[in-house]
Amino acid sequence: MSHLIPSSILPLVVPVLCAVVIVLVLPLLAGYIVLVERKVMAGMQARLGPMRVGPHGLLQPIADALKLVLKEDIIPARADKVMFWLAPLVSVTMALLAYSALPIGPAFQIADLNVGLLFIVAVSSLGIYGIVLGGWASNSHYSLLGAMRSAAQLVSYETAGGLALASVLLLAGSLSMKDIVQAQLDQGIWFAFYVPFGFFIYLVASIAETNRAPFDLPEADSEIVAGYMTEYSGFRWSLYFLAEYANMIIVAGIATTLFLGGWLRPLARYRDHFPGTSVELLDAVPPLLALAVALYCFHLAPKQPVKIQKLVMAGAGGACAVVALALAGALFAPASVMQGVHGAFWFLLKVFTYIYAFMWFRFTFPRYRFDQLMRLGWRFLIPLALVNVIGVGIAIVLREQFDWNPFLSLVPTTLATLGVAMWLVNDDAPAAAANLEATIAQSGDGE
Amino acid sequence: MVLANMLFYFFALLAVGSALLMVTRRNIVHAAVFLVTTLLATAGVFLQLQAEFLFVTQILLYAGGIMVLFIFVIMLVNLDVEMLLVQFNRQWSVAGALAFALAVQVFFALWAGRDTLHLPAPPSQLALKNTETVADALFSHFLMAFEIASILLLVAMIGAVVMGKRRVE
Amino acid sequence: MKAERETAAFGNAQNVETTVLGADEIILNMGPQHPSTHGVLRVKLRLDGERVVDSECIIGYLHRGVEKIAEHRSYQQFAPYVDRMDYVAAVSNGLGYCEAVEKLLGAEAPLRARVVRTILTELQRIASHLLWLGTHALDIGALTPIFYAFREREEILKIFEKYCGARLTTHAFRIGGLQYETYDTFERDVKRFCDDLGRKIDEYETLLTANRIWLGRTRGVGVLSAADAIALGVTGPALRASGVKWDVRKAMPYAAYDRYEFDIPTRDSGDTYDRYSVRIEEMRQSRRICLQAVEDIPGGPIMARIGKVLKPPPGEVYHSVEGPKGELGYYIVSDGTIQPYRVRVRPPSFLNLQAFQRMAKGAMIADVVAIIGSIDIVLGEVDR
Repeated sequence: MSHLIPSSILPLVVPVLCAVVIVLVLPLLAGYIVLVERKVMAGMQARLGPMRVGPHGLLQPIADALKLVLKEDIIPARADKVMFWLAPLVSVTMALLAYSALPIGPAFQIADLNVGLLFIVAVSSLGIYGIVLGGWASNSHYSLLGAMRSAAQLVSYETAGGLALASVLLLAGSLSMKDIVQAQLDQGIWFAFYVPFGFFIYLVASIAETNRAPFDLPEADSEIVAGYMTEYSGFRWSLYFLAEYANMIIVAGIATTLFLGGWLRPLARYRDHFPGTSVELLDAVPPLLALAVALYCFHLAPKQPVKIQKLVMAGAGGACAVVALALAGALFAPASVMQGVHGAFWFLLKVFTYIYAFMWFRFTFPRYRFDQLMRLGWRFLIPLALVNVIGVGIAIVLREQFDWNPFLSLVPTTLATLGVAMWLVNDDAPAAAANLEATIAQSGDGE
Repeated sequence: MVLANMLFYFFALLAVGSALLMVTRRNIVHAAVFLVTTLLATAGVFLQLQAEFLFVTQILLYAGGIMVLFIFVIMLVNLDVEMLLVQFNRQWSVAGALAFALAVQVFFALWAGRDTLHLPAPPSQLALKNTETVADALFSHFLMAFEIASILLLVAMIGAVVMGKRRVE
Repeated sequence: MKAERETAAFGNAQNVETTVLGADEIILNMGPQHPSTHGVLRVKLRLDGERVVDSECIIGYLHRGVEKIAEHRSYQQFAPYVDRMDYVAAVSNGLGYCEAVEKLLGAEAPLRARVVRTILTELQRIASHLLWLGTHALDIGALTPIFYAFREREEILKIFEKYCGARLTTHAFRIGGLQYETYDTFERDVKRFCDDLGRKIDEYETLLTANRIWLGRTRGVGVLSAADAIALGVTGPALRASGVKWDVRKAMPYAAYDRYEFDIPTRDSGDTYDRYSVRIEEMRQSRRICLQAVEDIPGGPIMARIGKVLKPPPGEVYHSVEGPKGELGYYIVSDGTIQPYRVRVRPPSFLNLQAFQRMAKGAMIADVVAIIGSIDIVLGEVDR
């Protein structure tokens, strides 16, 4: 087969195929993540969520996509047409472009750049143009202000997130995503446990990066200043929406790769085998998990009120059983296939857990006011991230120059960072109290 | 090789074309966006020269940081009036003559040195990755310049904050 | 022309300032159609950048001429109209009106009726505060408490529906007492609801009370000092949050409130957080009253002997009750006929809304929404 393809094109075939898969799958995936979010939101709010469009609302994303595509395309009267058209395009392109360096399992990566991490961060920072141009092109004072605020928020939290990533880079020693996961395998521990503050800072920064609650003031509906998306409707709006959810998956992917071990199984170095086979004990977990989910679906199926819901639930159970079989089958396949399949499974599991945490935060916390948001970014996260980087640097020096145990070297620096964090967090208190005094005084003598 | 050449010509054309478009646009935001495209195309050329750290830094800092600030300023300053003004018409002839003289000189220089324009091909496998090499150089040979640049940036930041504070009167 | 209109908008009789807009000032209009103004309220804000320099509430979009209608209805015929003023807490309106007319007639509802009235009014207070909690939290960005609050509110509305057939505009009371006897599982329903409510209020508190973000959005926001509150005629939880311990249920007891033990929660800084805290505590106290009252509802008649045609002797009466929003008062003038000469309602939301201008001075735009929510207004009552 390979002699049919010219040798200059051959190395490009697999990456292009991966890229095609991502571009085709991602919009569908983003749509279904929206459905999952609505169902999770409903579950947390003691209600059911979408139930009508398809059994259990499973066709809801299709219906929404159809509606958005068929909607009238409204462009504000004096808007800059070229920019209006370009802005959502930039957002989506940058969001999708970032996937080119993201490894989904050891076998699926479009390009293993040796500056992969920096590339993803750089491309995410280009996504700001989509927001800024969108707000400006709408020819509305409030859209522009909302866009500026959004962009300022993104820039501030990018700094904090980047510093958190830098602390992991010190431990991993390389910018290539594959090497970072390999470093976690070599050092035997996920970096989230090594640098918990780095993980925490990146978690908060990534929520702000994707404009999710509690940092979603620029796009909230009960606020007065409208967001940059106000004048966009129909398909253009759905592009922005797709960009937002694609961004969410990207930051989850980065966090998983850097902090949660990427495609590594938990306890990746534990290599006990099943007696007589070369199958490792813990590698049986994925098929068992999938089987457990399948059994749960089968258990729920008879309890559904409507026949079609019963069928769909049973079908979901069947699909999970097929996944379980595939995972189990992969155990006996050649090592690269096994690694690829199981690696992808663990990666996707961790990414979805991270995204579930995002959803959980959205429905639990109220929204930050914009100045509080900026204060949090600049006066808490960035100093904390700086201290964290310095701490990790000191820990590495202790480990390499003075031969301390790796865990032991991180304990004092983590404690120091914790101390700084507690101090920074309470540093707001005097400012807030002063604010309170001022407003009381002001209202008192404003007779 | 063919693919590499095609890519190079693509990036080069994009860069030159965007630069030309940038200087001829009336709408200043369009011009800024074309500048961003020029920078991105240049970054592509860097990548082809196997300078991947420069490629990423160009995107991250130049296109993703500096140009964003440019665009902020452009959008917050109301430039509608300026856009409608007629540009400097009277100096067209002088400008044209000077540009022609410069173009003649550049073409002559290129034609005279056309034999020396072949750059050595970059080694196919660099000993150290680009990032490490840059970092190594910055922190050993060029440490002084690096520190001075950092202090300069710090001074600029503090100056900006001080000047931007609202005067409480 | 525009400057004159703006002067008229922002000046007042004593202090006509020239309102030339400063260099960075803009006028922002919020409403009347806006998700967070809780009804058809229009708020004009004069902003200096992010800060509110001055504000004005423009009301009247829901004015229905209720007080004028009263002059053309008999006393009993007017009773359903009062429910529609504060439509979120209809029962309290009905209580105030019926007791006012009873005062005018010189009659008193029998004890059984008064006790049942107390229970229903306190349940209505809880329901009103639940709705307030849900919408206030929603404005500030907490998407979940509203659903939990409405789940509890649904239980109360079910009790009302079983009692008098209506969930919202109940017309539960009659002049002289009650029309309907309590239904057979009334005590059990109320008791079960109140037993459950304690845990549920703790749930809401877990989500909000100690949450950094909630504290950041509500602490120090919209401060109203006690002196200002009294001067502006603010009553209800907003007054108590500013430190003034005044509750009509304790000061001038009505219905059966003097039979039960309950506390009046107060706080001292008068910011949005304190108004939230006072209302949460009030829900707990209302639950306490209900539990005590439902233990022994006395037997006896539910209607006083006042006859079918009500012709109070000429005279006037002012009677106020502590509604969930504040002191709800009725000033009724009778001229001896079957229709009142004048019914004037003292709407707590209207007077509390006056304080908005004071509270919003110096606040940021994002706080305006929180402040409006914390005053707890119902436009039906503000405009009548």
